[in-house]
Amino acid sequence: MAVKTYREALNEALHLEFERDENVVILGEDVSGGAGGTSGEREASGGIFGVSAGLLPRFGEARVIDTPISESNIVGAANGLALAGKRPIAELMFADFIGVSFDQIINQAAKFRYMFGGRTRCPVVIRTTYGTGMNAAAQHSQALYPVITHIPGIKVAIPSNPADAKGLLITAIRDDDPVMFFEHKALYGKKGEVPEGEYLVPFGKANILAEGDDVTIVAIGRMVHFAEKAMKTLAKDGIGVELIDPRTTSPLDEEAILDSVEKTGRLVVVDEANPRCSVARDIAAIVADKAFSSLRAPIKCVTAPHTPVPFARELEFAYTPSPDKIAAAAKATVEFAA
Amino acid sequence: MQLSREELLRAYRQMKTIREFEERLHVEITTGEIAGFTHLYAGQEAVAVGVCENLNDSDYIISTHRGHGHCIAKGCDVKGMMKEIYGRKDGLCGGKGGSMHIADVSKGMLGANGIVGGGPPIALGAAMAAKIDGTGAVSVAFGGDGSCNQGTVFEAMNMAVVLQSPIIFVFENNGYSEHTGADYAVGSGDIAGRAAGFGMPAACGDGSDFFEVHAMTREAVERARDGGGPTTLEFKTTRFFGHFEGDPQRYRAKDEVKKHRETMDALKIFRDKVTKAKLLTKKAMDEIDAEVLKLIDEAVEEARAAPPPTPDDLLTDVYISYEGGIQ
Ligand SMILES: Cc1ncc(C[n+]2csc(CCOP(=O)(O)OP(=O)(O)O)c2C)c(N)n1
Ligand SMILES: [Mg+2]
Repeated sequence: MAVKTYREALNEALHLEFERDENVVILGEDVSGGAGGTSGEREASGGIFGVSAGLLPRFGEARVIDTPISESNIVGAANGLALAGKRPIAELMFADFIGVSFDQIINQAAKFRYMFGGRTRCPVVIRTTYGTGMNAAAQHSQALYPVITHIPGIKVAIPSNPADAKGLLITAIRDDDPVMFFEHKALYGKKGEVPEGEYLVPFGKANILAEGDDVTIVAIGRMVHFAEKAMKTLAKDGIGVELIDPRTTSPLDEEAILDSVEKTGRLVVVDEANPRCSVARDIAAIVADKAFSSLRAPIKCVTAPHTPVPFARELEFAYTPSPDKIAAAAKATVEFAA
Repeated sequence: MQLSREELLRAYRQMKTIREFEERLHVEITTGEIAGFTHLYAGQEAVAVGVCENLNDSDYIISTHRGHGHCIAKGCDVKGMMKEIYGRKDGLCGGKGGSMHIADVSKGMLGANGIVGGGPPIALGAAMAAKIDGTGAVSVAFGGDGSCNQGTVFEAMNMAVVLQSPIIFVFENNGYSEHTGADYAVGSGDIAGRAAGFGMPAACGDGSDFFEVHAMTREAVERARDGGGPTTLEFKTTRFFGHFEGDPQRYRAKDEVKKHRETMDALKIFRDKVTKAKLLTKKAMDEIDAEVLKLIDEAVEEARAAPPPTPDDLLTDVYISYEGGIQ
């Protein structure tokens, strides 16, 4: 297997699907960049994070569409493209711009199938970037997938590593339902082994990264890496961690989580989103409901606090869950005495 | 309208302060001490200053991600701004906002804004409040050529016409939105013409010429204060640096910035005009240059030495009051 970055893995998935299906199109701001500029260099960026690089020269302007700054219309037009038989990938440069395009996501894309009595499909993928790590402050750092996970009718994928990035994106593009795809900005340079050629990761199937008997840690996106660090610290104390990455929050692989908690009796959920009405608390509630008798300690959620994302380095660090906080929470569940 | 010597000196000082603030940041950012995204305003000084010299503290402006120039022009404290950009506790926003969110509402500066197109509806609301209260205040919504394609901006323009609100939409057309040319993304290529279609006076001017910006804005502000409703002003300008610091600018011809620095430098143009017309001496402006350089030196030194926020600060300022506190 080749070692690739998260960015390269996503880029490869896009190239493969563009090649495989001529109905696949991408639209967004600077997805190629350079339109109209004075240098004559048509592909001047290939996406602000470089994820869509090389698509324009290979597949042309009809399928690789640089748009004006119009997020509501980017998602809306993608919805229309999808209803008309295309497989559009709409790019929102930052997940925070969901704010501008919210109607088209929650009232349009997510609703067509149900409202129209199952007589239509809207195979749109909305790719976006999320998370802290770049000191991009309150309007460019939010982890908004709980908001979308809340909405019936749209699926939510959150890859934590390059292989999943590739496999989940290909699955998303081929899925006939709307999918919102959250890429973590701080993971683009992260390297990992990526299977060659056609590679799909199914939705609703968690990845069990480590098996252990003492505590289950469910972590999302970049938090998977923080949990891995915490796991090493915990191992020194003889605490065995079962580490689960759900990979998609809608659908959610409840079974994998419940099976694990039935074995370990303890659960820590790690999520960099805000805590209220969050995926973390949702998972905690599911486990409290369905695996209550297995629990040997209260469930712990390690999340951001109920605050916007701050700018200053010291504050962003304090805001984001850390390996230390995760390890402390796991230890507390193990040391809990009723 | 002839500006007084005092007004001219002030305008020059403001433009020079913006220029040095940005030129200095361009250098300081390479040290790695400044976090986050920084969008520099150098090249566009005549717009911010030409507009804001027509305003006072009771007037409102709202800015964009490229906000340093508007902040300085509207009277924000330069040292407080620098500390904010360095993420310091006594920065203008306590280190919580950073470059993209500098604000000083006490000065009528309703904030830089990280959401393209987020500002104009807010500026409209401030203009509506001024009209309701009959204060005679006006509101200015700054935006780029890229922002004019955002639906929120269209909505604000139409509603301003419907309500005859005292607002001026200022579009700084620097030719690019990030890596995309305005000649591609602005359908008609004519932002002022588009605004006229909403039913308000609209004009396009030279954004490198302080005097032209100032005169066009004066007319719009007077009309708004007299109950004549909204105006749109488009100014052709240029940015001397990349979209954000670190932008390789592959969309831009190699010599474009060099040429623009020769032909579109608002400070050079201003100096030429006022010396030729014998309104100000070179010496008077050189003195301002030295004072501005000293101010920026001090601002950087003080910002570097200032303490960062503490982790406790994370949980403050979310609400004014919150039963049970923040968890
Ligand atoms: C809603 C939204 N979409 C996209 C962006 C990303 N973005 C930041 S600045 C920018 C370009 C803005 O261009 P323009 O309005 O011309 O302002 P300029 O940068 O030239 O000052 C883009 C696309 C954003 N911040 N907010
Ligand atoms: Mg622009």
